[in-house]
Amino acid sequence: MSAPESNTGSSSGPEQEPGLDPGTAEELEQERAREAGPVVDPVDTESRLAKALQQTMSSSWTVSVGAVLLAVVAGSIMIAFTNDGVKAASSYFFARPGDTLVALGQAIGGAYSALFRGSVVNLQATDFVTAIRPLTETLTYATPLIAAGLGVALAFRAGLFNIGGQGQMLVAAASAGWVAFGVSGVPFPLHLLMALVAGIAAGALWAGLAGLLKARTGAHEVIVTIMLNYVAFYLIAYLLATPGLLQAPGSSNPKTPPTPESAQLPSLLGDRFNLTWGFVLALLAVVGVWWLLNRSSAGFAFRAVGENPRAARVAGIDTGRATVSSMLVAGGLVGLAGASQVLGGVTTGFSSDIDAGIGFDAITVALLGGSNPWGVLAAGILFGAFKAGGTTMQAAEGVPSDIVLVVQSLIVLFIAAPPLIRAIFRLPDPNRRRAAKKTKATRNRKEAAA
Amino acid sequence: MSADHKTTQLDVPLSETARTVTVVTWKAASVLLAVTVLYALLLVAVPHSGDTRFLLSHRGDFFQIPVIVVPAGPLAWVCGAVMLAVTAFVAVLTARRTRTPLWLVVLFALAALTGFLAWAGAGSPRDLSVVGLLGGAVLWSVPFVYGALGGVIGERAGVVNIAIEAQLLGAAFTAAIVSSITNSAVAGLAAAVFAGALVSLVLGLFAITYHVNQVIVGVVLNVLVVGLTSFLYSQVLVPGAENLNSTTRFSSIPIPVLSDIPVLGPVLFNQPLLIYLMFIAVPAVWYALNRTRWGLRLRAVGEHPKAADTVGINVVRTRYNAVLVAGAVAGLGGAFYTTVYLSQFGENMTGGAGYIALAAVIFGKWDPVRAAFAGLLFGFASNLQNVLSVVGSPVPSQFMLMVPYVVTLLAVAGLVGRSRPPAASGEPYIKG
Repeated sequence: MSAPESNTGSSSGPEQEPGLDPGTAEELEQERAREAGPVVDPVDTESRLAKALQQTMSSSWTVSVGAVLLAVVAGSIMIAFTNDGVKAASSYFFARPGDTLVALGQAIGGAYSALFRGSVVNLQATDFVTAIRPLTETLTYATPLIAAGLGVALAFRAGLFNIGGQGQMLVAAASAGWVAFGVSGVPFPLHLLMALVAGIAAGALWAGLAGLLKARTGAHEVIVTIMLNYVAFYLIAYLLATPGLLQAPGSSNPKTPPTPESAQLPSLLGDRFNLTWGFVLALLAVVGVWWLLNRSSAGFAFRAVGENPRAARVAGIDTGRATVSSMLVAGGLVGLAGASQVLGGVTTGFSSDIDAGIGFDAITVALLGGSNPWGVLAAGILFGAFKAGGTTMQAAEGVPSDIVLVVQSLIVLFIAAPPLIRAIFRLPDPNRRRAAKKTKATRNRKEAAA
Repeated sequence: MSADHKTTQLDVPLSETARTVTVVTWKAASVLLAVTVLYALLLVAVPHSGDTRFLLSHRGDFFQIPVIVVPAGPLAWVCGAVMLAVTAFVAVLTARRTRTPLWLVVLFALAALTGFLAWAGAGSPRDLSVVGLLGGAVLWSVPFVYGALGGVIGERAGVVNIAIEAQLLGAAFTAAIVSSITNSAVAGLAAAVFAGALVSLVLGLFAITYHVNQVIVGVVLNVLVVGLTSFLYSQVLVPGAENLNSTTRFSSIPIPVLSDIPVLGPVLFNQPLLIYLMFIAVPAVWYALNRTRWGLRLRAVGEHPKAADTVGINVVRTRYNAVLVAGAVAGLGGAFYTTVYLSQFGENMTGGAGYIALAAVIFGKWDPVRAAFAGLLFGFASNLQNVLSVVGSPVPSQFMLMVPYVVTLLAVAGLVGRSRPPAASGEPYIKG
């Protein structure tokens, strides 16, 4: 399967340009972005700056805003229908309709203001630290999402659907944890480094195994990664239940001891915030993946294999090697997410739910981010904000945080379908004149999707 | 299971008639050898003495078969010897460049399973109920089989159905509410079918009409339905649990004569309605796909939409049609959770079954019957836990639970090989 981007985004495949080399990759990206954005006549040779400006102001942004708006409206409807105050007031709607409206406003406004308060800035706070704390919480939640999202996105670009985030995170967490608890007497930065490397390596090997099986035997990566999720889950369950391995000494619960301080990621902004240096590692990973995909020959091979494995093979790329190495890197990134959970997120000891569903959330993050590192960064932060805000919303307003899942998924769904948004908001269609060209490009796309 | 043998016809001059080059890989033989070695290592490393008691019939059955008590050690080693013999035979066949017949693999699997169970149950005072083992496997396979059938139908029409999980969960939720309100399991089943088709409609709207990448739509729908059902569960079902979340379940219907057959009777012919429907659905889907005009058009649209369009098949309508049927079938599987298995809905109660069904689709190479058997295998895996917890397991239970998934990995890598999806699977069709 090719990189899952929104339809308009991927409609200009690189198959159009035969024999392209890494140097043209940037132009390709621009061509792609232009397709997604407003019509810029190909003959028109504007400066890059002007193009970028037009792109920013373009209707793809209005589509995004429209998508968010629609998702928020859908969430509001759900809150309104299940809120007790609204229900009570609506029973005498025809006598005093005003009451219903006030109750509606309170329910919906309360929920969304709690979401904002929990994820961006707490305006009720008296001091600065409490006020900006929600923002740091957002980034804390975003850290593993970004790292794991990068892993899934990178695999997507290489034409692989990595559903194995859960398993990769689990083995990474166990391995990082094992180094953290099992090795003692090593001073702070070294111990942390060892644990991090152990986690990343374990994740890489676990995913690399899937890549190897795919490359050597042709086994479909979707089956292999799903099966490896289960194997990892039971493996961790065994390690956690066995004294002397990962289980906390003197305990019979399937839980590890707390992470020793010498292996913890130090906090980034001081002890009053939960944000750790893990976030910086995630940012570095974003830059690294960007470089790998767009500036290195290995990344070029990944993308070529992802777009069209046969053409890549004809062009002399070792597709099997690209499959294995892309899975290794992808697994390493997911492993970073797992290690950052153990060494930064949950330092009080973990059990077999340490992955917290991040392995699957990462798929959505990668899809929303258009499988592009910067997009994944933005999507990861957005989802982190929803996670942080959802917790506050549940605590303060009694609205189940599951609603966040609904709003998140609707945003992704709507952003992926610009024509629907345009139809709803009656926006003009910028792609109409290019329709003929688009179909030609789409026809060439081959997706070996599961 | 024959992809490990590729027979390549070379275009050679006619003088060298019928010159074929058979590319035989040693994958199958080496995987079988690896399994045999692992098995032998297990027997040597954790030796187990005592007898295993295989219980074949239950009290009240028409025929009473006494409990079969076998010495575990010898039986396990005999099974190991059978496995080794099969492996050697496969190796000889491979050396002679002949394909590995399926029955050999089945024989190998049976020997491995029998030996493993004998070894696991050795010395246990409890009986190892073969009926429980197989009957539970059939029961547990229901969501996998229906989900896999839904996946097969969708993909053969060119629409990747990753939303099986959403269809299962949405159907389970709807079935719970409707069955609770109406006090009728059949009404719940109908509602489940409707809910599955509804999820499919959304999938179709985005994937077919708006050409959104089908993987995106599928994954996102899964998240959407988890969020939606969990939200409504805690806001609506928990407060009104008595009226809205206590379902009427299907009861087992023994089929008069057939259910008295020893072992097979209780396994196959004393089950709830939903399972009988499954026995019909698998061949029905196969027939519909391969022997009807509807199926021919559906496959044409999935393999080469442009060609289908050229001969006058309405691609969009055919795909919508297929996706809706797929959702309805998967919805039947969702009904299992709240009208057969439990009498209430629980948050995210499908727990990834849709993804396993997806694996079954690929494992079964997009063929309804093979996919159903793959689903049965996963059902067996899910049920193994219950059986082994009764008998008590000699090695840590987690490793026993891991075995089916490892076996699947080995089977996919060694025996199934490269799987080829329908040509246009995942591709939106844009006319013009």
